[in-house]
Amino acid sequence: MASLMQTLKNSIPSWLTGRRLVIGLPYAWFLILAFLPVLIVLKISLSEMQSTAVSGMVSWQGAWPSIKLDVSSYLFLASDELYLATYLSSISYAFYTTVICLGLGYPFAYFMARAPKQWQALLVMLIMLPFWTSFLLRIYAWKTLLVNNGLINNALLAIGWIDSPIEILNTPFSLLIGMVYSYLPFMILPLYANLSKLDARYLEAAADLGCHPFKTFWLITVPLSKAGIVAGCMLVFIPAVGEYVIPELLGGPNTLMIGRVLWDEFFSNNDWPMAGAVTIVMLLLIMLPLAIYNKLQSEGRA
Amino acid sequence: MNSTALKWFGRSWMLVVYAFLFLPIFTLVAYSFNDSQLVTVWSHTSLRWYKALMQDSDLIAAVMLSLQIAFLSALVSVFFGLFSAFALNRYRRFTGRGLLSSLASTPLVMPDVIVGLSLLLMLVSVQQALGYPERGLFTILLGHALLGTAYATVVVRSRLTEMDSKLEEAAMDLGCRPWQVFSLVTLPLIMPALLSAFLLTFTLSFDDVVLSSFLSGPGYSTMPMVIFSRARLGLNPSINALATVTIVVVSIVVIATTLYSLRQERQRKRDMALAQRE
Repeated sequence: MASLMQTLKNSIPSWLTGRRLVIGLPYAWFLILAFLPVLIVLKISLSEMQSTAVSGMVSWQGAWPSIKLDVSSYLFLASDELYLATYLSSISYAFYTTVICLGLGYPFAYFMARAPKQWQALLVMLIMLPFWTSFLLRIYAWKTLLVNNGLINNALLAIGWIDSPIEILNTPFSLLIGMVYSYLPFMILPLYANLSKLDARYLEAAADLGCHPFKTFWLITVPLSKAGIVAGCMLVFIPAVGEYVIPELLGGPNTLMIGRVLWDEFFSNNDWPMAGAVTIVMLLLIMLPLAIYNKLQSEGRA
Repeated sequence: MNSTALKWFGRSWMLVVYAFLFLPIFTLVAYSFNDSQLVTVWSHTSLRWYKALMQDSDLIAAVMLSLQIAFLSALVSVFFGLFSAFALNRYRRFTGRGLLSSLASTPLVMPDVIVGLSLLLMLVSVQQALGYPERGLFTILLGHALLGTAYATVVVRSRLTEMDSKLEEAAMDLGCRPWQVFSLVTLPLIMPALLSAFLLTFTLSFDDVVLSSFLSGPGYSTMPMVIFSRARLGLNPSINALATVTIVVVSIVVIATTLYSLRQERQRKRDMALAQRE
């Protein structure tokens, strides 16, 4: 046994130290699966589609490689107004989702952080509980709730607010309900993590000095929770820009979202360079929020 | 607003948000016991859709495939997540630490469609060059494991940060080799985090539809893919029955593991108190 261990030990090359293994293994994993694919998408977006295959980018003329960049996908993207409109509408849906989540989630997280200590673990668990149920099934449930003869319309009819069923499903409104519903926990949790660490002495000091509670809230609580607000907003905004499932199930055919365009370019039109170009432009759009988010992550505040 | 009014305002605000979060789940469960073919009209209570579900061989095959992928994906995710959490937590300075940290946290927020498309285009390029891998279980697994590793890293990393490093130092002082410190001290201490990372990444994989749609090949339909294609066409009551079954199973597992970790934690505290008294 001991000699076996020794043989094993000797067969490990000397440069492979524990430290190198611990760092190198996850590094290789993420570089290959998260970084390399983006480079390949960039390459394909600059290639030409030849019948069913993507043309090679590098061709050899004698000893010299000639690199052919085909920017036609990007030119088409820039010239077609529908793409521009779709990008703008994705960003505005993501923006409204973020604002509504913040509006609902901030007071929620604030009251949660001020609830009796022994309750807080339970309250947090209740926020995470829906997450354990399939996201797809919950969005599907909203479809059931929002159809013309669904529960929401029936309830509104019963209390007499409306006289005939209103069209909710397949409108921008139902899309926003689904988006806010799915992303709200991602806003609440970082806000709660931040607000529960707020030092109560600042608030007491402000109160002692005669500051009105509302003024204290605006001048002390909100600025101190800035990191939580930014983290929550990024966690909602970035994935919301590229959302595909929610618009497909709740948005109807007329809501423009870039995730759906990407999906159709790839699955229906089989146009890989175009799908690649749509992806690269989407990546550029979320680059700044992504940088802010990564900065927060590395500082360990989010 | 005085403080009593504020308290009641806070409570009702929280109640409304919780109602909003749980309303769809209750609807799924309630309508699964509805006899009507129409998902929206209540006729009378029956188990009709559960019977239909049991005979739905397509859906059952898809559930089995999803369970397999989710189990494997959770194992791989926890394995790589453990390594990357260790690298980021224990080694404060190394070349490219910032890049690793960004790469590990980006999949958490990156839209699914981008991750799915870019992974697929890479796998297709690899396949053109090497003739491997075929699209199917393995490619779906890679996508899920990438996403899972990012989540597992967060869970394990936060546990490592809050862990008491004195215990590891004590073991080293007593002559443990690094590998022994890890297996005898660190691993048992972070076990609850590994368990919750496993459950979380299992759920993520079991739930994913976008990555699977991009990465799967002919003959490989996961449960969410089947549900999604049916939900696109319209409403289907046996989906409600399936939802109820998953909700019950997941609740039991989540409650059981929560109770287990709480007990472990209490036991550990008792042991610590005992050790200090002696």
